[in-house]
Parts: sequence; structure tokens; C-alpha cells
Amino acid sequence: MISTRRIWADLKVTSRGFIRSRIGLFFSLIFPVILILLFGAIFAGTSGATSAYVQNLDGTPLSAQFITSLNSTKALTLTPVPATEDLSQYLLSHSSSDGIIVPQGFQAMYLAGEPINVTVYGNPASSASAIVSGVTQEVVNAYNLGRANTTEVIGVQSLTIKSNPKYIDFLIPGLIGFSVLTAPMFATVNITSEYKRDKLFKQLSLTPLTKGEWLFSKILWYWFVTVISFILMCAVGIYLFGADITLTAAIIPFLLVGPVLFVSLGMLVGTVSNSPESAAVVGNLITFPMMFLAGTFFPVATMPHYLQMIAHFLPLYYVIDGLNNVMTYNNLSAALIDLGVLLVISAITFALAVYFFKWRED
Amino acid sequence: MPEDSVIEVKSLEKNYGSLKAVAGISFEVRPGEVFSMLGPNGAGKTTTIEILEGLRERDGGEVKVLGLDPWKHGYELHRKLGVIAQGFRFFDYTTPKEAVEYYASLFNVKVDADAILKRVLMDDVSGKWYKDLSGGQKQKYGLALSLVNDPELVFLDEPTTGLDPAARRAVWEVIRQLKKEGRTVLLTTHYLQEAEELADRVAIMNFGKIITMGTPEEIIVNHTTGEKLVVKGGQELAAYLREAGLKVDIWKDEIEIGIGQKHDVVTAMEAIDRSGFEWSDLRTRRETLEDIFIRLVGRTEETGERVTA
Repeated sequence: MISTRRIWADLKVTSRGFIRSRIGLFFSLIFPVILILLFGAIFAGTSGATSAYVQNLDGTPLSAQFITSLNSTKALTLTPVPATEDLSQYLLSHSSSDGIIVPQGFQAMYLAGEPINVTVYGNPASSASAIVSGVTQEVVNAYNLGRANTTEVIGVQSLTIKSNPKYIDFLIPGLIGFSVLTAPMFATVNITSEYKRDKLFKQLSLTPLTKGEWLFSKILWYWFVTVISFILMCAVGIYLFGADITLTAAIIPFLLVGPVLFVSLGMLVGTVSNSPESAAVVGNLITFPMMFLAGTFFPVATMPHYLQMIAHFLPLYYVIDGLNNVMTYNNLSAALIDLGVLLVISAITFALAVYFFKWRED
Repeated sequence: MPEDSVIEVKSLEKNYGSLKAVAGISFEVRPGEVFSMLGPNGAGKTTTIEILEGLRERDGGEVKVLGLDPWKHGYELHRKLGVIAQGFRFFDYTTPKEAVEYYASLFNVKVDADAILKRVLMDDVSGKWYKDLSGGQKQKYGLALSLVNDPELVFLDEPTTGLDPAARRAVWEVIRQLKKEGRTVLLTTHYLQEAEELADRVAIMNFGKIITMGTPEEIIVNHTTGEKLVVKGGQELAAYLREAGLKVDIWKDEIEIGIGQKHDVVTAMEAIDRSGFEWSDLRTRRETLEDIFIRLVGRTEETGERVTA
């Protein structure tokens, strides 16, 4: 017979230990906020505009109009460089690869129909340079067509799925997934292996507290920690970085199933390991690759194909992908598939953890 | 087996692979008695206790604790037991008072936490976290928890290991109090004096078997080789007495002479006088439980090292 009184008593002891140890408190609640502040600040404003330097050596109305045309694409944020500077040296001294030179005689040659080149500096390995080069090429094409007095027949209409998608919109679900993974996983790997070493499970088994009640109190606690972490992350994302995310009840199942999965996985690792030290190593081997490959910090779609394949085998992927489907794309049918996969993995992991976890003869 | 036994053990066996940890032991513990198990490390005491507590499954034999099979009915049994496990540990960030209240909630009993902590001399550290307590305070922490559910039977597995003499005597007082209250106590200890002071009956275990059992007095009477004449003196005197046909042991500057028959006393005293060597402090000594233990087990409990007696 499950007793809520015993679960509550164990929950109180767990929460006190969590808050008093401070390490758990830091890594569960404060560290993810630091990450969101850090990544949010680094990638703030990366909504499409790429920075580049521009040097106008012609100084004519047409060259000025050309630079205005580049700016009006909204794909580039251009910083003017005085004509007296050597642009390549200027870029190096400003630790930048991307620059555009509108050459002397630009207007005269254009009007005379003589060929003249706009120079684009860039780094072949950089996607930002590719954007600068591509945008410049597009504007040059438009000027060439204008001079030939012809019009474009086929064009490209670029649209985004949301009015102004930003990196932070993808980062918030990723970091919520990070919290769902790390807080329960690290804590239960640690607790399970240390309690086993110190014979604390035996001690507890001599009281009326059951294995199921103990496990449920841990899950309850990490539900609570996950919800607090979720609120903190959304608040920081929305109020500090203007994140545009959808907050609906469809998020709740992921916040419930995720901690069950990782509490169970942590318990399983702690139970089958011989010592707290080996449990920590195994825990880290599982946690860290999952953290980086499941789309925590960058969307999985931006990774090479083989890494995307690997990501699909990681349980955290389905938490983050599900949260992204709900919070970023509002795609509930895709989220439902993620939730289904998550439920199956959780049920298997939970069953294995309960099977291997010995309350008495450890 | 008597029907009123609190613990009944018959032909109990437990193996770890090829190692026979417990090799067919039988004993019973009566209501209200303090029963002590003695034995060197690896003798099988803790395995036996853990089987009685329902923490380990036995491989053979019969066990009843308070009328219940501990492995099958552990959940029901644990409500009536108080246990302090060997090397007791608890949650680092929990104070003794919080721990007593936690246990009270688990057992669904109302307790005065302060009174329990005062009883085990912990009232002055009731607000300190477990991790900040000394070794002795941690043992008393465990003792306090073992009393929360007002148990009929208390298992104390080396409860005074690591305690200073004052704290050890305080724990002894608690154990005497438990006995006065009519509770049954099963005690394992490293300290033979502790067993002699507290136990009504003692079982000495070695290699998974009980090699002798009874009251400390019975064990001494049954296994003693007689009284000893003790005299302070050097190696030369000891050698002279041996040559005179006496059974002699020497420990530091004390020579122990075995007294098998009354006439041996006269023979010994004449030999000492005749030797011409320096001697002083002549007295007689009765064998203690420790002497018997060392003779039967062949090694001390504290170090596990073999000794020659």
C-alpha cells in the first residue's frame, strides 16, 4: 500500500539535501540560466543580418546608391571604412574576414558600359562570408539587369516560418532538455551508487518505506526542479532576449516523462556500477555526448547527416525535438510522435531500473 | 526449540560461492535478554544478523524472528525491530532531529525527538548535519534512529566501535535501559569487556560456526584452564620457572603461571623464591572471557591477527 505520508517525508529529506548541498542547486537551476545568458548574449541578433565592412572608393551618387541597395537587403549589416584605409589590413586589425570594396570609377564605368569588379573579401570556410558574397552577387545582378533594361522573369521569394526566428527560440527548448537530462541523471547516478556503497538502501529497507515510494519521491522532486528550471529559462529567454516561443499545455507531458526517463536511467547506471567512481564515469559517458548531439545548443538539422542519424538514437533528442515542435513550430502531430517514442524508451528504462535495483540484498 | 523464543535459528546456512559464511548454526534468543555474538572478522556474525533482519536470504535452515520468517515477512517484521547496522551511515545534510522526525513519519509514530536524542546523549548536537558529526556521534545518531519505533527487538551490530570510553559507557547505559524495559537485544561487538558487561548470553563464532555458547560465566567455567598466578619479573625468571616444570606465559614484564592443581601454587612460589631473580607484585588472576576467546579463536577480534597464548 503506497503511503503519501512516507513519500512526503522522503521528499522533504531529499529537498533539504538538494538545497543544502548547493552543488545540485547550482547545476540544476543556476547553471542552465548561466548557459542561456551566455549563449543568448553571444547569438543575440543573429536573426539573419550578417556583419561586413564596406569601403566606397568611388564616392559618387551611384556607388552610394549601390551601398544603400546592399543595406536594403537586410541580409547585411554594413560598417563603412574610410577610403584612405587598406581594407585587407583593416579587416585583419578588426579580426574580420568579410568586406566589400566599391572601386574607384564605379559610376563612370557603369554608365559607359565598361566592365568593372566589386571586390568581396571573405573566408571560404565561413558561412557568413558565403552570405556576404551571395548577397553582393545578387545586388550586382540587379544592377546589370537594370542597365540592360530587362526585367527578371524568375525570382526567389525567401520566407521564414515565423516573423523573426532567432537562435534563442531554438536554444530555450534545448536548454530545458538539458535541465531535464542533467539534474535527474547526475543526481540519481550519484545517489544510487553512494547509497549502495554506504548501505543506505539497507538502512531504509528496515523502515516501512518501500522501493516504489522512494523512487516516486525522487521523481516528484525532479518534476518540481524541472518545472522551476522551465519557468526560469522561459522567463530569461522571453524577457531578456525577446524569445518568441509558444507556451501551451502540450509542453507538460515532456516535462513529466523526461524526468521519469532520466531518473530511471541514472538509477540503472548507479545500480549496475561497482562503485560511485565507475558510476560517475559511465554517467558522464552517456550524458555528455547526448547533451551535445541531441540538439541542446544547436538544431540537429544543422549537423552532418551521420550525426543526425546518431541523434535519433539518443533519448534526449525526443525531449528536445518534442519541445521544439511544440514551442517553436507549434506542430503538435510531430510532437505526439516524439512523445510516443519517449514513452516507450521511458517505460523500458524504468522497468530495467526497477528490475536491477535491489532494496535489500545489495 | 522453546516456543517463547524471540529469535529461533536452526541449522542456518549461507554461502557466497564456495565460501560457507554461515555453516549450519543453531541458537535461540529469549525474551528480554541481551544476547551477544562474538567472533573475528569474517566469522559470519554480520551475515547471520542480516539474515535475521530480513536483509539477506538464507540458503538453508529455519529462522523465526518474533514468530516471522524475516525474508518472507520482512516488511511486517521491520515495524517491530530497531537496527543499527555495522558502519552506520545516513544522509549528509540531515540533522539528528530531522532524521528522528523522518523515521517517525515513516513508522507513523508520534515521538518526542528531543527526548530520544537526550537518551543517547545527542541533545547538544541535534541541529548539526550528519556529515559534520564525529564518528562517535554518528554511531549515537544510528542508535537514536533504532529507538524511534519503540522496538521489541533491537539489533546492535558493533554499536560502540569508534566511540571514546565515556560515549561507550553512555551507550552501555542505553542498552541496560533497553533490557530494563524488557526489550530483547542482539549485540555484536569488538569489545569482549562489553559482552562480559552487558550480555546475558554469548555465542562465539568462527568460520561460520558457533564454537561455544552460554552465559559469560558458563563459558569461562567450561573452557578455563584454571586460575593463574601472576608475578612481575624478567625473562630469566620465566625461563627458570619453565625449567621447573611450570606452564608459563610472559607478557611485557608480567609472568603468568598456570595453576592446574592447588599444589602448583606451592611449587610456583618455592621456585620463585629459589630462583634468586628479582620479582614483585605477586597475585592470582581468574581467566576472563577474552582469555577464553583468544584460546578458542586463536586471534584477537580487534586486529584479526593470530596470537600465541
